[in-house]
Amino acid sequence: MTVAGMNGAGPGPIGRGASVTLSDLEKTYDRTSAAAKAVDGVSLDIRSGEFLTLLGPSGSGKTTTLMMIAGFETPTAGDIAIDGKSVVAMPPYRRNIGMVFQNYALFPHLTVEENVGFPLKQRGVPKAERAKLVAEALELVHLPGYGARYPRQLSGGQQQRVAVARAVVFKPRLLLMDEPLGALDKQLRENLQLEMRRLHADLGITFIYVTHDQEEALTMSDRIAVMNDGKVAQVGSPEDLYDRPDNRFVAGFIGESNFLPAVVRGLEDDVVVAECEGTLIRALCPGRPASGERVTLTTRPERLRFADGTWAGTEPPQNRMSVTVTEAVFAGERCRYMLRAGDGTSIVLKEPSSAAIRRRAVGERAEIAWSVADTILV
Amino acid sequence: MSEVVQPASLALAVSRPKTAPFDWRRAVPLLLAAPLLVYMLVFYALPVAAMLLRSVNDPSWTLANYAILFEDVVFQKTFWITINTSVTVTLGCLILGYPVAMGLVRAKSMAPFILVIILLPFWTSVLVRSYAWMVLLGRHGLVNEALIALGMIERPIRILNTPLATQIAMIHILLPYMILPIANALRQIDPSLIRAASGLGATPFMTFRQVILPLSMSGMAAGTLLTFVLALGFYITPAMVGGPRDITLSMLIAQQVDQLNWAYAATLSAVLLATALAILAMARKLPGVGNAFKTSMR
Repeated sequence: MTVAGMNGAGPGPIGRGASVTLSDLEKTYDRTSAAAKAVDGVSLDIRSGEFLTLLGPSGSGKTTTLMMIAGFETPTAGDIAIDGKSVVAMPPYRRNIGMVFQNYALFPHLTVEENVGFPLKQRGVPKAERAKLVAEALELVHLPGYGARYPRQLSGGQQQRVAVARAVVFKPRLLLMDEPLGALDKQLRENLQLEMRRLHADLGITFIYVTHDQEEALTMSDRIAVMNDGKVAQVGSPEDLYDRPDNRFVAGFIGESNFLPAVVRGLEDDVVVAECEGTLIRALCPGRPASGERVTLTTRPERLRFADGTWAGTEPPQNRMSVTVTEAVFAGERCRYMLRAGDGTSIVLKEPSSAAIRRRAVGERAEIAWSVADTILV
Repeated sequence: MSEVVQPASLALAVSRPKTAPFDWRRAVPLLLAAPLLVYMLVFYALPVAAMLLRSVNDPSWTLANYAILFEDVVFQKTFWITINTSVTVTLGCLILGYPVAMGLVRAKSMAPFILVIILLPFWTSVLVRSYAWMVLLGRHGLVNEALIALGMIERPIRILNTPLATQIAMIHILLPYMILPIANALRQIDPSLIRAASGLGATPFMTFRQVILPLSMSGMAAGTLLTFVLALGFYITPAMVGGPRDITLSMLIAQQVDQLNWAYAATLSAVLLATALAILAMARKLPGVGNAFKTSMR
């Protein structure tokens, strides 16, 4: 996809965006129990002009982290620095950060124009200049001519655009977004995702985006910080997280993964050889596990193939396993098979559908194969 | 016979069956309210109408009773005092009530406690409360004693039986009617709007001025109307703690009834009712207030 390519296109002009440093950030709501940490030791370096997404399930601490950056929540411990200066003691209205809320939080008693002009008014921008900047901002989000309407007269997507215009009209160097597309339907969401990317490229400022939607995160971000239980599980580019998950949580949360229990039998350079279902499987491994250690190997369903298929000019993959088909589902663009390995581990395999490929029947025995590069020890 | 049916007539036939049976479901709300409606008609609407009629047909059909009012100095003074008292009391309630409403909405664990304090006067009769104010404001009452003890005055000052006493007591009695609608409006403000304002650079005061105050306008309007209209018809409190010469419309009406001057009393009542209705009608036209009516209807 072209969008995936855009992820690597890099940030806009250097210096227009703020850099944000979170150091050992902690937030505890209930002081009496140390276990209830909403955010538990989050450290992140967000670069100037970067589009960083905080991704995680609900309750993972992503929104709390965002609210602390915005200044609506006070950290229990740790520090937040914007452009190297600590902002922990600064009230939100002094931080000069743009923010788009989940429900847009447009002022219902003000017109679109007054909503977008609100931050300018607080900053004492004279009326004439305010009108000019508001018009520019509405132009930016493709809503010129909507200035005189009230928020309730706009559709959800339009309200969202107004909220974005209002958040960027005063040219902040940092824009925070809290699941801004959560309430919209799928089609609109996909359009707006692309628009957010465009906006990010146009403005060149730093975006910190919170979502629980992994697809959204993969589509839009330069980097993603996956959060779980108040901690950062992994930070990396979308490709990094998808192809080389650090741990089982990330492998399971981003995309679909097969988890194969295995026992380490040896090491070959940076490849670990592990025994799984009676066969030897090779996997990439960041650490150096000891022989005999019980580990979990992970691999993506769409990277598996039936071994009697074609390999399209590439070398046949090294990892192989005998399985029985237990379920076969035709889902349009792909076929999805549930397979069972020798001792009962279930494996999912996704095959692009083609009239030319023979579909497997339930109960059929087959051999599957996949490459070492697609196998990760987590 | 042709089997072709004209589309238009078909549509008509579908949307409007010729023998529409009476739809009982639509009558249910009316039937449910019927007992009360009958009760109100017999025991309230008819007596009020009969009373008001007396202002124009006692002893014979005439508008003379109203004509007299325009030259009646007592009436004019009374009317002025009534309006003046109501405006002062309403403003007092608004100024004292708004911060309390904000406190009530923002308080978390304390909220039920604050609510009880606000509602406590509701559970005591107006008569008892007015007596209490007589005790507090009297020559040797708590207020005078306290002021003397603090050295702010040397001799007891006259508070009881002055317009000030009426205003103090009425503000106390009417405060809940102001606080509750405002608190209701404040509670409906989405907290993320306050955050948004703050995040967009508004100081807490700017947020109050530009977001909280305009969004609570409907509650303020409802509270103001309620308080003002109730204050217009107040009788017991001004009669008990007010000044002997500071007569309000309701006191004048009672006085006339005592003297069996029915036509005059009826005329005054009509004026009082008309004033209240006129204020309600005018208030509906104000921006933001019309919405308060609609919201309270929902």
